Amino acid sequence: MTTNEVLIKTENLQKSFGKIEVLKGINTEIKKGEVVVIIGPSGSGKSTFLRTLNLLEEPTGGHIYFEGTDITDPKVNINLHRQKMGMVFQQFNLFPNMTVLKNMTIAPVKLKKATKAEAEERALSLLDRVGLKDRANAYPSQLSGGQKQRVAIVRALCMQPDVMLFDEPTSALDPEMVGEVLDVMKALATDGMTMAVVTHEMGFAREVADRVLFIDQGIIMEEGTPEEVFSNPKSPRLKDFLGKVI
Amino acid sequence: MAGILNALSGWFGSIADEFRFVFIEGNRYEQMITGFVNTLKITFGALIIGIAIGIIVAAVRSTYDKNRDKMRRHKGIGYFILAFLNAVCKIYLTVIRGTPVVVQLMISYFLIFVSVRDGVPIGIFAFGINSGAYVAEIFRGGIMAVDNGQFEAGRSLGLNYLQTMIHIVIPQMFKTVLPTLCNEFIALLKETSVAGYVGVVDLTKAGNSIAGRTYSYFMPLITVAAIYLVLVMILTWLVGKLERRLRTSDH
Repeated sequence: MTTNEVLIKTENLQKSFGKIEVLKGINTEIKKGEVVVIIGPSGSGKSTFLRTLNLLEEPTGGHIYFEGTDITDPKVNINLHRQKMGMVFQQFNLFPNMTVLKNMTIAPVKLKKATKAEAEERALSLLDRVGLKDRANAYPSQLSGGQKQRVAIVRALCMQPDVMLFDEPTSALDPEMVGEVLDVMKALATDGMTMAVVTHEMGFAREVADRVLFIDQGIIMEEGTPEEVFSNPKSPRLKDFLGKVI
Repeated sequence: MAGILNALSGWFGSIADEFRFVFIEGNRYEQMITGFVNTLKITFGALIIGIAIGIIVAAVRSTYDKNRDKMRRHKGIGYFILAFLNAVCKIYLTVIRGTPVVVQLMISYFLIFVSVRDGVPIGIFAFGINSGAYVAEIFRGGIMAVDNGQFEAGRSLGLNYLQTMIHIVIPQMFKTVLPTLCNEFIALLKETSVAGYVGVVDLTKAGNSIAGRTYSYFMPLITVAAIYLVLVMILTWLVGKLERRLRTSDH
């Protein structure tokens, strides 16, 4: 699935919160169609890294190129680029006062990416794909955790993004609901979606990732194919980490 | 038994006599109606001004709070405009919340609008400006109470700051602030009872002047109190209905 076209490129990406340096210079590329899974101990900066990619966290140094544009340039209208970067959060962040359908269509309609009818048609077909078409008129509070996260995924997809960012999408779920969300993500990867996924699901990383990044202490400590990272870890930090989580 | 009944009917009879004397004779009820209408005019006029000011001030203050750190780094012209507006809002809140509403009303009437001698529009203005300060802080609290994840979700979909506020955050804010806002409206309705200070015949003033003319205090003042009470109960009931409607998404 991976092509040679670079979708996202980070150069010496840094982020500090006050005096605490969380990212100390991340250099990497995500190619079109690639599934990159980011693993690492908590507090390593992996979520911060993902959140800087669409500037939810503003980097304090370095550059991010998205489809060739340096989006860290203050003159760039980040809203236009965010429309092309879907994001899924650990806590779902569905809009509780709107139905599932409204959750999905509000952004495309308000941003004039589609008419209401077009957006609803797309939303229903996406809901159908994740098995939730009959829940279109339900409110988020009427859904289970797994259903909420599936809705959150298709809400992001409704904007027809070029890349999907997942920030620990299964960490807030009951164990029996993790599978249904991972299945949706696997299907998405199979369809050729470019994905960056921060997760603790090592099985998913092994099975779906094209490349695994191990982030620790604010840098990419090690990276490679799942085979290389999981079966043949080089750095002692990664060996230690894998020893604890697998 | 018959004695009690006699006493009761005598009591009701005297109440009816008093009512006739106080309100019907000399068409004094007309004054009560004028007062009632003026109280409603001032309350609802001030309410609308207060909500408008409240939304604007709360939007400026929370935008400044949310973006302060980010904008400090770039220091564009936008930062200075926002910082200036924020300072203006803060002064407004401090002055309005730091002085009694009666004094603000009298300043409006005797110092600011000296050429306007109708107390009703001035009352609407003064109570509106006053209420705006309290409503602004209620709204700001409501905006801050909406989970930041909602804001992030809106922004991550490509909505800009204003769109996220208008379509995502503010509708959710309304639900949280409704009970507190209802309190503010009740307080406002009752505060308008000082409008008599600038020559407005509001409900309280009407009751007071009838009492003064008839030397009968019981009937006019109890009637005034009962009307305020009924108005507040209606308002509470309406807000309760609205709350139940907004809660549909919670079950």
